[in-house]
Amino acid sequence: MNKNDVIARLNEVFRDVFGDDSITVNASTTAADIDDWDSIEHINLMEAVEQEFGLRFKMREVSGMKNVGEMIDIICERGTK
Amino acid sequence: MKELEFPFDSKTLLRKRKGLKKQLLADGSARIHKKIAVLGGSTTNDIISMTELFLLNNGIEPEFYQSEYNKFYEDAVFGNPELDSFAPDIIFIHTTSRNLTLLPESPAESPEDIQAKLEDQFGIFKQIWVSLMEKFSCPIIQNNFELSLFRRTGNYDGWGYSGTAAFINRLNVMFSDYARNNNGFYINDINYLSSVLSLTEWHDPEAWYLYKHAVRMSCIPDLAFSVASIIKSVYGKNKKVIDLDMDNTLWGGVIGDDGQEGIEIGPETAVGQSFSEFQQFLKGYKNYGVLLAVCSKNDEENALLGLEHPSSVLRKDDFVSIKANWDPKDRNIADSASELNLGIDSFVFVDDNPAEIAIVNGQLPQVSTVELTSVDQAMYCLSRGGYFEVTSVSADDLKRSEMYAANAQRAAQQKSFGSYTDYLLSLEMTAAITDFLPVYRQRITQLTNKSNQFNCTTRRFTESEIEEIGNNDSYIRLCGQLSDKFGDNGIVSVVIGNISGDQLNIDLWLMSCRVLKRDMELAMLDELVRQAKERGVNRINGYYYKTAKNNMVSELYGSFGFELDEKCENGDSVWHLDINTYTNKNHVIKVKENCNE
Repeated sequence: MNKNDVIARLNEVFRDVFGDDSITVNASTTAADIDDWDSIEHINLMEAVEQEFGLRFKMREVSGMKNVGEMIDIICERGTK
Repeated sequence: MKELEFPFDSKTLLRKRKGLKKQLLADGSARIHKKIAVLGGSTTNDIISMTELFLLNNGIEPEFYQSEYNKFYEDAVFGNPELDSFAPDIIFIHTTSRNLTLLPESPAESPEDIQAKLEDQFGIFKQIWVSLMEKFSCPIIQNNFELSLFRRTGNYDGWGYSGTAAFINRLNVMFSDYARNNNGFYINDINYLSSVLSLTEWHDPEAWYLYKHAVRMSCIPDLAFSVASIIKSVYGKNKKVIDLDMDNTLWGGVIGDDGQEGIEIGPETAVGQSFSEFQQFLKGYKNYGVLLAVCSKNDEENALLGLEHPSSVLRKDDFVSIKANWDPKDRNIADSASELNLGIDSFVFVDDNPAEIAIVNGQLPQVSTVELTSVDQAMYCLSRGGYFEVTSVSADDLKRSEMYAANAQRAAQQKSFGSYTDYLLSLEMTAAITDFLPVYRQRITQLTNKSNQFNCTTRRFTESEIEEIGNNDSYIRLCGQLSDKFGDNGIVSVVIGNISGDQLNIDLWLMSCRVLKRDMELAMLDELVRQAKERGVNRINGYYYKTAKNNMVSELYGSFGFELDEKCENGDSVWHLDINTYTNKNHVIKVKENCNE
C-alpha cells in the first residue's frame, strides 16, 4: 500500500469523523493537534479507519498509538483494501 | 433523509454522523423537542449520537441526559440532582448481559438457589423501574438481554438450570411479563437484534475491554434505530398506510397481459406461494390498525379481477383506497392521502419497479418506500423498518380499517342529499361525551400524541399525565365518541379545560380528522359550556398555537363565536367567549346523557 494514498484516504476519514473539512493530517499529527480528538472520538476514529482499510487494530495498538505515523505504518502492513 | 431509513449503511452513518447531524438540523423542518435520559450499564456515547440522528430524521429533536458509566442503578434508585432537574420525557435503560451480576456459577447450586438468584436479579431491575416511574412518571424503554457468545457447557447451557443462556432466557420472559403488565414500559428487544445480526457480529469482547462497549460498534446503528423506533411510536409518529403496487407485488405476473388465470398466487407454484405468504403478512397488519391501499398502473377492472382470484388472500374490502389507473403514482398517493384525511408522511409505498420507487422518492420525499426485489426481502424491510412499531394496542386499532371503509360509504351517501344538513341528519349520529374514564386513557393519550391537524395547541401528554389530570378537580375533561348508522368511530375528540377563578382556559382541543365536518366539535363545545356554567365559569379562553400542520383550526374559535383578543406575528392567537348567553350549537348529533356512569 502506497503511503501517500493511505494519507490521502486517512485524511478523508479524519474529516468525516471530526466533521471538519479543514483537517489535514500527516505522520506527526497527534491527538493534541485536533480539538475534538478525545477518548470518545478515538473510538469512532478507530472504527472508521478499520472499516476504510479493512483491518483490525490490536488492543495494544489502539491504546498505544502515539501519532498518525504509527497508524499509517500499521495500515501499510496489514490493510486489506 | 433516505440514508437514515432502513436498510441503512451502518458504516457510513457511523463515520459521517457529524456531517449528517448538521444537514438534518439545517433542513428547516419542524420538530418536537424531547428530553431523553439514557442510563447505561456500558458506554453510551455512540448509542446516543446514533439515536439522535434517527430521531432528528423522524421529527423529534432530542436533548440527552447521560448517566455516568455504569451508574444506571445509582441514578435510578438513589437519585441524582442533575437527572432530577433534567426531568426526562422518556428514559432508556441500556443494559446488557454484561450487567448481570447474579448469573449461575456451578451445577452445585440447587435449582432453588438459582431460582432465588433469578428473582433477585429481576428485583434489582424492578427496583430501578419502580423508582424511576415514581419519580418521573414517564415512559421507560428497557433492553432485554442478548445471549452470550460463549457456552461453557455447549447445548446444556441453554437448558440446564445452571446454564447462562437458560438463566437469560428466563429473565427475558420476566421482563416481557413486566412490560405487559405496566403501561408506559417498553422492551427494546436486543435478544432479537443480536440474533438477527448474529451473535458473532453483535459481541466484540475487545471493545468491552478497551472501551466498555457492550455491543460491537457496527451494530450500534441497529440498536439505536430500534430505540428510536420505540420513541417515535410513543410520540405518535408511526406510519399509517401501506400503499401497494399490484403486478409482481401482490401477485406474480401482469394481470392486464396474463389475465386472472395467468397470474401466480396460491399453492400451485413456488412463486404463487411466496405471494400468498406476502398477502397473508400484509393482511395481518390490519389487526394492528395499519391501513392497506392500492396504487397500481392498471385498468381498475383488471386490478379488481386480480383481487377476485380464488387464491387471493386480500380482497377488495381489505383496502381503504384503491387507485388503479395510469396517472403518476405520486399523484395517486397524494390523492389517497387527501381522501383519507391523512398526511402524505404516513404512507409507506411498496413497488417492485425501481423507476416507480425513484419517482415517489423524488416527488414525495415524505413517503417511505420499500422496493420489492423479492417477497421475503420486502417483508423483512417492512418489519425491520420501524414504520409500524407497536407500543400500545387500543380497541380502536382493531377496527380502524372498518372505520375508514364506513367513511367511504358515508361519502357515497352524501352525494344523494340536497343539503349538507340533510346528509348529516341522515347519518343518525349519536355521541357519548364522558370524563376521562380509565378505560379510555390509552386512547386519549394516543390521540394527544397522534393528532396534528385538528389540534389547537398540539400539547402532547403521557398516559400518567392524563391520569393525573383525570384526578385533578381544577380541570374539565371531555372525551367524545361518535357513532352513526355506518359504524362506531370510537373516541374521536378530546378537550381539556383548566379552571382558574371564573375563567376556563382550554389547554387542549383536538379531534380526529376522520370525523371532520360532522359537527362533533359543536357537540363538544355545548357540553364544555354546560359543565363550565355548572362550575361557575363566566368566560372561556381559547388558544391557537400555529404549527406546520394545524392550519385547519386557525379560525376554529372564531367559527364558535369567540372574540379574538390577540393575534401574534408567529400566527398564534388568543380568543375568549362569554358564556352566559350561550345557546347550544349542535343540532345534528344526538348526545347520550349520563354516560359517565
